[in-house]
Amino acid sequence: MIIRKAAVAKFLDGLLKEYAVYIPRRREGYSEYTPLDPGSGYFWQGLNTQKPPKELLFPHGETLYSYRLRSDGVELRTHFDEEKRVLFGIRPCDAKGFCYLDRVFTRQDYQDVYYQTRRNNTVLIGLACLAPTTTCFCTSLGGGPFDTEGLDLLWVDLGERYAVRVLAPKGEALIKGRPEFVPAGEADWQAVRELEGGALGKMAPVLDLSGLKKRLDENYSDSVWDRVFEKCIGCAACTYLCPTCHCFDLSYEVEGSQGLCVRTWDSCAFPLFTLHASGHNPRPTGKERFRQRVMHKFRYFVENWGVMSCVGCGRCIIHCPVNLDIRDVLRQIIAGVSA
Amino acid sequence: MKNPYLPLPMRIEKITVETGDKSLKTFSLGFVREEDQRRFSFVPGQFAEVGIFGKGEAPFGIASSPMDTTRVEFTVYKVPGGTVTTALHEACVGYVVGMRGPYGNGFPLGAMQGCDILIIGGGFAFTTLRSLVNYMLHSDNRARFGRIQIIYGAREPGLLLYKEELAEWQQRNDLALTLTVDRCTPADGWTGCVGVVPKVLQEARPPAANTYTVVCGPPVMIRFTLPVLQELGFGPERILLSLEMKMKCGIGVCGRCNIGHKYVCKDGPVFSLAELSQLPSEY
Repeated sequence: MIIRKAAVAKFLDGLLKEYAVYIPRRREGYSEYTPLDPGSGYFWQGLNTQKPPKELLFPHGETLYSYRLRSDGVELRTHFDEEKRVLFGIRPCDAKGFCYLDRVFTRQDYQDVYYQTRRNNTVLIGLACLAPTTTCFCTSLGGGPFDTEGLDLLWVDLGERYAVRVLAPKGEALIKGRPEFVPAGEADWQAVRELEGGALGKMAPVLDLSGLKKRLDENYSDSVWDRVFEKCIGCAACTYLCPTCHCFDLSYEVEGSQGLCVRTWDSCAFPLFTLHASGHNPRPTGKERFRQRVMHKFRYFVENWGVMSCVGCGRCIIHCPVNLDIRDVLRQIIAGVSA
Repeated sequence: MKNPYLPLPMRIEKITVETGDKSLKTFSLGFVREEDQRRFSFVPGQFAEVGIFGKGEAPFGIASSPMDTTRVEFTVYKVPGGTVTTALHEACVGYVVGMRGPYGNGFPLGAMQGCDILIIGGGFAFTTLRSLVNYMLHSDNRARFGRIQIIYGAREPGLLLYKEELAEWQQRNDLALTLTVDRCTPADGWTGCVGVVPKVLQEARPPAANTYTVVCGPPVMIRFTLPVLQELGFGPERILLSLEMKMKCGIGVCGRCNIGHKYVCKDGPVFSLAELSQLPSEY
């Protein structure tokens, strides 16, 4: 399908009757997904946001239940976020990130009902990347600037118009019968293919990660781990900004005899993450913690779920305060010599 | 959809102070809601997250037998500075706590059936071993297991858990129980063995053939017990250990209790020595 850019604001305002619409926006040097207000007009900034849209399905902090102590016991109430949402302008790498969170939070044995409720109520409208940056490496991890995994619609910027690929029933339902959309012609799809070729041409050369898993299977005790973590200050920015990192903490917020059980993001980069009450810590130094991050993404996740839990979005590279580049780390590991 | 984060309300029905120094108490929890009692079942070796509302949750191995469906017991060590264990120790009979679970794999009862069982316990790690022993001793189950031999040690006599039950077990003719202490004074009136668990094991020389061994205790006991078992001919596939880790969710999602690609909460806490030897030594 095709939609003129001039008609997008009307389309989005129409969506607001049924959905909350989140779009990427920049403000004061900081970018994230924010809700679109009705009638505010459509102000498009094609953005690879600083914060990934992860928090819209898996919030930085959320209440799992509230409790109230009573003389005869306790009263528990659950809180589910059932807002119907459209995430508009999500990057293919971020959409792929949700597919990895899906694996963890919607397993056969346990369903994370909080995540699942949001996921079921969310429609993902992707925007193809026309200008990948130097930190992008999605193509090294099976993705691409026009990748469709996890998306319900993929929009491609054709200048004055967007070409819209319909990918899933949720996406189809969203635009069905909407007068803003007209069928695309063969020339439009030819333009999409040319843009995709152009975007791929701007990507940095693909990192060959084919031997990585095998190296990690063997190098747990390798001296490479004594070196690669040294710059890391353990700030955890990489894990907080990662679209696939899912570790969390559970704690209580208390007010008298009532309170909330809250879930907040946590990180393997923090020493307290694994510290036992006894004082023992199985990952006592930055070396073990850094190794855990790499091993989890590129070895353990592969063993449990068949894929590396990295989408190549590059946020951990851009925002690392000490310029630690995961691509360099992976190169060193692949080239490493066993101790 | 079942919500794995929502605790079952449980009422503290009985508190037993287990040790002379009062650092260990057994909490007997009853179900506040009848439907929870009907739905709850577990196997020995599984654990639950027990929590004080407003303070926090912590994982504890279930110490009661699954054959007793009316209550669930946990023996809790009051960790110096520990928020949850301190709050639990301050709680009184009648107080309502939260419980999520059961979690983890538990002991492989199917594989253990028809085998002799050797149980080696040290200190306050005896909790899930007690669950296992009481499960096997139940009249419905006893015939499914061969010879049961138990070696249980503590630093001193006052630190042995479940003293009344140990006395009952000693009267039985279908299990062999050896109690030992690292040290004792004449005032203790101790008439049992004196010596650390690995030494007692070495002297007892239990037969390895067709035997499953379950070892739970402090790291130092395990470190010196495993070579003795090896020397006695026990294979690593039939040596079972139960691991402890810091946990939050209990279902392999929150990310902190993994050893390699295995989550202790979901894939453990029971691992054979053979399984553990395949994993990184990060525990």
